[in-house]
Amino acid sequence: MSDASVDSEDIPLEVVSDVDQTWQDTVRNLLNAYVLVPGRIMITDYRALIGFGIVFGYLFVGTIGVWLMEPTTMWDGERLMQSFETWDHPLGTDPQGRDLLTLMVYGTRPILLMMFSGGLFIVVVGTIVGTVAGFSRGRLDQLLSTITDVALTIPGLPLVIVLAVTLNPQSPILIGVLLAINGWGGLARNLRSQVLSIREEDYVEAANAMNVPTRHILLKDVLPNMMPYILYNFMSSMRGVLFASVGLYYLGVLPYSQENWGVLLDQAYTGGALTTWSMFHWILWPIVAVVTLSIGLILLSQSTDKLFNPRVRARHE
Amino acid sequence: MNGRWLLKRIGMSLLVVWTTITLTFALIRLMPGSPISRMRAELYQQYGATMSQEQIDRQVRLYLNVQPDQPLWQQYFNYMFDTFQGDLGHSYIQGVEVTVILADVLPWTVFLLSIAIMFQYTIGILLGASMAYAEGTRFDFASTSVSTFLVSVPFYVFAFLLIFFFVFQWNLFPQGGKYATGLEAGSLAFYRSVLYHATLPIVSLIVTGFGGIALSMRANSIQTLGSDYIRGARLRGLSNFRISYRYVARNAILPLYTGLLIQIGFLFGGAVILEQIFSYRGIGYVLLDATLFRDYPLMMGTFLVITIAVVIGVFVADLTYGKLDPRIQTGDNS
Repeated sequence: MSDASVDSEDIPLEVVSDVDQTWQDTVRNLLNAYVLVPGRIMITDYRALIGFGIVFGYLFVGTIGVWLMEPTTMWDGERLMQSFETWDHPLGTDPQGRDLLTLMVYGTRPILLMMFSGGLFIVVVGTIVGTVAGFSRGRLDQLLSTITDVALTIPGLPLVIVLAVTLNPQSPILIGVLLAINGWGGLARNLRSQVLSIREEDYVEAANAMNVPTRHILLKDVLPNMMPYILYNFMSSMRGVLFASVGLYYLGVLPYSQENWGVLLDQAYTGGALTTWSMFHWILWPIVAVVTLSIGLILLSQSTDKLFNPRVRARHE
Repeated sequence: MNGRWLLKRIGMSLLVVWTTITLTFALIRLMPGSPISRMRAELYQQYGATMSQEQIDRQVRLYLNVQPDQPLWQQYFNYMFDTFQGDLGHSYIQGVEVTVILADVLPWTVFLLSIAIMFQYTIGILLGASMAYAEGTRFDFASTSVSTFLVSVPFYVFAFLLIFFFVFQWNLFPQGGKYATGLEAGSLAFYRSVLYHATLPIVSLIVTGFGGIALSMRANSIQTLGSDYIRGARLRGLSNFRISYRYVARNAILPLYTGLLIQIGFLFGGAVILEQIFSYRGIGYVLLDATLFRDYPLMMGTFLVITIAVVIGVFVADLTYGKLDPRIQTGDNS
């Protein structure tokens, strides 16, 4: 497929693929590569299945679940009902009589937005810095590596706290980026060393000899090799953003306009939920939500290697 | 030790500190609604009737180490100069020098974190190595599952559970503080009380931290065990101890170093949350306090000192890296 972008005169042996691809073929190939094959592999791997189920469940709750539920208000039910007592309030209520299940569902969307924007930021910046540094020799590499090392060393959470207080961001997407502000160092450093060895491969040398532009080599020859690792990193970064955001909301240093799990955790903790069993369910459910989502992400990320492994893929094509 | 390598490390550390100082300066000086203008406004509100503009400027200068009436580059150089001399300004709320406050609390945080990190890595490396040797057995499966689960638990969540059960349900441990009051500093009872109070925070870090290390140690060891030079060493009839210690362990531990560097920064950052939960007055606690009270000089100073602590920690870790990896001594950079 990549031959299409190279002019025929650039090809040394003058042999060009003579099969034309219709757009239906392209769609079918893409569908096959990105939906069918991963799906088939996933069915055979119970860990991937569980992970996918959990993450998908959270996505469902965060998008459609919010539409299905009425927002809860104070004195919706009695104060501090225990979990699983009535169907009206399956997870119980807080001391103000608000329904915990509804609070949890409404708290999902801002958290997911934060995780997604933060994870995306880390992966994009880390990939660009890492691959460019690894592929270019000399000054540029040195400069980018130094910046990476600095980002790696400055402690993230204090930086985020200081920035959050001075900048006071409001939207979950911006907060997500802020939380990820120096999380890309590890990915960049690792990708750089991977690129250093890929650079020496024969096919990269061949592409270089054929005068293929550098960005094409990076996109078509170098990047696909590292996709599993990048995807893996995307998921663990999202987990990092999740932990950081809930932790900082608990500390009360992040500004918020909507309630989310972190805010709930903070309210429960300050409300004394840790002191007695009768209030324990109040703090338990935000905790369960965070830990379950994190397990889902880990299981899914552990299976990314399988999804991209050409040997495993070949069996399912 | 290779001299050039050492010099490069020191240069790197200085660069990080310099970046942080520049960052705090930029935040104090350049941000819209910056601490300077806020502080001026506050001082004006409080003492506007009695203080002239110059007096207010002098106060701001004393607290933030920045002189608002000078050109920007001069402010920057003065700020940098003062900071490198160890003058971090005065706490706005407490009126004490920032360095005095921080010198008092930093050792406690270092104490907590260094013990935690030592245990995390010892348990993680030993467990990971035995998992790799027992690959495919039930022990391997169970430990992998437990480790994976523990990685999914943020340390503060585990700290909550510890507090709920060990403090409020069973009354086994104190809820917070660094030591019991009324003990003579330096006595045996004092040290015991210090350890007693530090147990829960340290345990919450260890339990949620060793899983990830064990998992990567396991993966590294399995990879190393499959390599040709291990087979070669077996064929040469080397003893099992020598193979596992000198060949496998060394090579499997080396990739953990990048993780360790990140872990040091992560722990110092996490100290903010940890110390708040256990009301443990360390440097993280002070940072949060300063943040919530908008005590900018203390906040920026604490951020800077935390960064310096991390830089020193990373530097020390780097020195031990040189001990493990012989290429560092010969100066081979590949």
